[in-house]
Amino acid sequence: MSLFKIIDISGTAMSAQTLRLNTTASNLANADSVSSSVNQTYRARHPVFATVLNEFNQGAATGGVQVLGVVESKAPLRQEYAPDHPMANEAGYIFHPNVNPIEEMANMISASRSYQNSVEVANTSKQLLLRTLQLGE
Amino acid sequence: MSISFDSALGIHPYALSLWSRRAELLAANLANADTPDYKARDIDFKTALQQAQGTALPLQVTHAKHLPSAAGQLPGGEALYRVPLQASIDGNTVDSQVEHGKFMQNALQYQASLHFLSGSFKGLRSALKGE
Repeated sequence: MSLFKIIDISGTAMSAQTLRLNTTASNLANADSVSSSVNQTYRARHPVFATVLNEFNQGAATGGVQVLGVVESKAPLRQEYAPDHPMANEAGYIFHPNVNPIEEMANMISASRSYQNSVEVANTSKQLLLRTLQLGE
Repeated sequence: MSISFDSALGIHPYALSLWSRRAELLAANLANADTPDYKARDIDFKTALQQAQGTALPLQVTHAKHLPSAAGQLPGGEALYRVPLQASIDGNTVDSQVEHGKFMQNALQYQASLHFLSGSFKGLRSALKGE
């Protein structure tokens, strides 16, 4: 029954979007955590999505979403000359994370909208299934 | 005179299975709205319904590695790819709004078929009871 599979598919989408929201929250929370060396500075994290293809799904090419992994952004860190800062290194520099708060906010809204979509899809399928169970009554 | 379920129920059982299959495809499209390189898919309902009515009995598949026979494929033939209105830079062709609209429409059509089926069953039942 395809309607049962929809709930699985929407479930994978919801968990993927939750992870995306999670990384976004982590990025935003650490947007201002400066450090004194390049290696210790926080870098923005982003999940990588891919489709789970079910080849033996009787010819139907449908699949949910899986998260292949979380990658760190390769954007350059922002360097600032602040000799008075307690975290400044010998040369007087501090390093800011490569988090772009505007990008992250856009990401957050996109993730929450996609999550809402998936919830609605799962809900609709549930209602259709319940109606189907009442067939002929 | 005998009552034939096939003629009593008409096209609706086939339509119902196709609506549910289409719902699955549209749900997968919506789920993959943010997946790079995902291509949105849909079925051509008219040809799918014609195929569904003409299919032979499906081959029983009892193991994940059994390949389905040509006759045993799900009614509705293959899923086609949607032509995107506006190409996205990451290769994704899902338009969330369009898919959402189609999903809602599909759900309503499913309910309509269900309603007709329900009516046919009620009719059959009252005929059997002789009321």
